[in-house]
Amino acid sequence: MKNAIQDMARNAAGRDVPLSVNGKPQVPYAGVNRFKPEGRRYGPPIPSCNDYPADGDKRVPSLREALERCGLKDGMCISTHHHFRNGDLLANQVFDAAHEMGIKNLVWFPSASFPCHQHLIPYLEDGTIHHIEGSMNGPIGKFTSEGKMKGLGVLRSHGGRYQAIQDGEVHIDVAVIGAGCADPFGNANGLSGPSASGLLGFALADSQYADRVIVATDNMVDFPCAPWQIQGNYVDFTVEMEKIGDPDQIVSGTTQITRSPDRLYLAELTARFCDAAGIIRDGFSFQSGAGGTSLAVGEYFRKIMRERNIRARFARGGSNAYLVSMLEEGLVEYILDGQTFDLEGVRSMRENPNHLWTSPFTSYNHHGKGNFAGMVDVVILGATEIDLDFNANVVTHSDGFLLHGIGGWQNCLYSRTVILPVPLFRDRIPVIRDRVTTLCGTGELIDVIVTERGIAVNPAREDLLEKVRGSGLPLRSLAELKAEAERICGKPESPRFTENPVAVVKWVDGTLLDTVWQVRQ
Amino acid sequence: MGKTGSAGNHGGRVRSDCLVEIELKASGGIDLELDSRVEVLYGHSIRNLVQALVLFYEIRNAKMRIKDSGALDFVLAARMEAAIKKVLPGETREFLLPDSRDEFPEPDPARYRFTRLYLPGNTPSMMLNAGIHKPDGIILDLEDSVAPGTKDEARILVRNALRALDFFGAERMVRINQLPLGLRDLEAVVPQHPDLVLVPKVESPETIVEVEEKIRKISPERKVLLMPILESALGIERSFEIATAGRNTAAMAIGLEDYTADIGVQRTGEGTESWYARSRLVNACKAAGIQAIDSVYSDVDNEEGLRDTVSRSRSMGFEGMGCIHPRQIPVILEAFRPSAVEIGKAAAIVEAFEEAAKMGLGVVSLGSKMIDAPVVKRARRTIEFARKMGLI
Repeated sequence: MKNAIQDMARNAAGRDVPLSVNGKPQVPYAGVNRFKPEGRRYGPPIPSCNDYPADGDKRVPSLREALERCGLKDGMCISTHHHFRNGDLLANQVFDAAHEMGIKNLVWFPSASFPCHQHLIPYLEDGTIHHIEGSMNGPIGKFTSEGKMKGLGVLRSHGGRYQAIQDGEVHIDVAVIGAGCADPFGNANGLSGPSASGLLGFALADSQYADRVIVATDNMVDFPCAPWQIQGNYVDFTVEMEKIGDPDQIVSGTTQITRSPDRLYLAELTARFCDAAGIIRDGFSFQSGAGGTSLAVGEYFRKIMRERNIRARFARGGSNAYLVSMLEEGLVEYILDGQTFDLEGVRSMRENPNHLWTSPFTSYNHHGKGNFAGMVDVVILGATEIDLDFNANVVTHSDGFLLHGIGGWQNCLYSRTVILPVPLFRDRIPVIRDRVTTLCGTGELIDVIVTERGIAVNPAREDLLEKVRGSGLPLRSLAELKAEAERICGKPESPRFTENPVAVVKWVDGTLLDTVWQVRQ
Repeated sequence: MGKTGSAGNHGGRVRSDCLVEIELKASGGIDLELDSRVEVLYGHSIRNLVQALVLFYEIRNAKMRIKDSGALDFVLAARMEAAIKKVLPGETREFLLPDSRDEFPEPDPARYRFTRLYLPGNTPSMMLNAGIHKPDGIILDLEDSVAPGTKDEARILVRNALRALDFFGAERMVRINQLPLGLRDLEAVVPQHPDLVLVPKVESPETIVEVEEKIRKISPERKVLLMPILESALGIERSFEIATAGRNTAAMAIGLEDYTADIGVQRTGEGTESWYARSRLVNACKAAGIQAIDSVYSDVDNEEGLRDTVSRSRSMGFEGMGCIHPRQIPVILEAFRPSAVEIGKAAAIVEAFEEAAKMGLGVVSLGSKMIDAPVVKRARRTIEFARKMGLI
């Protein structure tokens, strides 16, 4: 149980973090690239073919039976994944079954949570789930911020999740992997079936490192299910279920280009900045998220690339219809897909050999021998708050409540140029603050803030400043932008917190970057 | 039950607005129920504003409910004032927050009006950033985009918006209602230094005279420009008289939705049905020495259609168009962009003029052609515009 008074330490970012989280000792953040891991990677127990059906048929009749045969017990850690996004029906069924079995104090270790998972709030209340390590979005975020979760939440980036599993920081007892298509042996992909979701990359680490692995599908095919994104050789049991995802919600609603004139203008300014900075050139690479503004940035890139006959070597990140059309138009040579946001993405992944699968291991893992994120020329990200030193927050809102996960955001900060297009204020709430409510990434990794009323370039990036000076772009300092927002909106007060931590934010290397505090009601 | 009044909007997709409900009571002081999505950040500030308002209007006992989705102070104040005026009929005092500007330069009749962006006068969320899209003018509309039941609250909101908003150099325009309602609009907005007032559905020169007189009474010092909009067969027939009726008429526009309805035809993309009206209006404007401005193009998603329309419009002699969405602005500007030949010609004219001035010549000629002063002026504007567009 968490205590109001904990041993805290002030980390290198000046943030107070607990020295122990859910009974595990912690290392405070030491600065960007300061922490050096030691030791060897974690290894799961050695299995033997003798214990698995000779005919390769690992099917069991129900999810509950699979969980029972995995030996699910009080206090264990169950992992699930967010390939089905807000259409995920699997995680909810996993905990329905665990609840029926009367199991308590489980740790839920999702790669991300969505509003659909508010179904689990009663299990957080009744002790079936002790705490969440992953992301705490929407209603679960609010629940957590109100101090109602029994243990401390742990927020990690996608890369940090892989790192935590690989380093043995998180021991997964049972991984439940939902797949659009699977065979009885456990080979699985997300390329077909009613719950097709494209890639299954977020489940890679779980398949490799969990003690027990269950693959669940609503589209069981005869062996072999090919191509296999998840290898059956890692899998203990397979389950055929009626429904694991809601197709309408799997294709997330965020994949429409914004129609808001202000957001379009932000996107246009961002693209113009990239152009002026010389980033958009033959052979460049980019990553742009799935939000409406990010998609619009991609469309402005397309315009510039067409006009000037420029081709990108690769685009990384979530794939969707817009990116696929750039691939098919020949403007982008490769898509390095991390998450497939719509059915066009799934189709392209099935048909186009240049539409590549990636995973948090290849793209984001900080404790690997390099990763792809660092090789990207420019990445377009978002933030809920930014301070005058370019530090940014993505998990809590200005009222103090947890609302979003970190996703790949922290990992992407390692790209060559990091740009955050953000409105200067959202419904009166200014984005540039004296101090970010929660620190998720330090300013030394964040290069450019684009707002509709001006662009601030991190003074450390003299090279960028040099290039865009005289381009006619509205360059301003963060302090000027902040003053302008406060002139329009008024100076905001700060949210008030209790002395109880409710969650912690990990940096990409597993150290503790910040603490999320209970909101004082 | 005491008297009740409400103003503003809340719920659904409403942003940056609030709904204020007030009920006068016999006792009990001010009972405020505030439900705001920015409570944590601006709760105190909102409560202080409420205090200021009730003090100003001397309300001692009332139940007040505010549902707020991030309204700025000028919006909150406008909504409260509108609600209060519903329970205090006869109350005419205006609650004004400090003006964001301290200088109010005279409007310039000759400035460009290629693009002017219409904003519905009762929708604050659209107003906040309108200026960043850099239209030549921003129109806070009190007429067709405001529902009849909300004219009073829109008038107060527009008045406050004129004081609070940054127009980023765009001309500050207001479209008033048809008279006589429009006269009340003038009383509210003219003291807030608009640059130009659009007068809708004008059919007689007397309307312009009446509007101008009213403005002069409210603001004897600073002039306000006028842009009559002709939207009927009768208006078109009297276009020259209307164009020349006022001293401060800077431009005249045509409203094709109403015009086509008036003559009983469908509005088409090609616009054959309104060709006569538009030509007549252009001719009247040129004869009167004012700008001719075309109607809005209502299909926001059809960029090609807009491009065709504006290029036809330009070739007929129009010098601007209305916009109903910021993304129409660059398309229209692009179409009015002077060609390389035009820029070259303009540069030659300006050069010849300067040459002549240097030599002290009274008459300017280019080749065998004499150049009049207005031609030089137009050439200068072409050069200025080309510079603004980054063409030279």
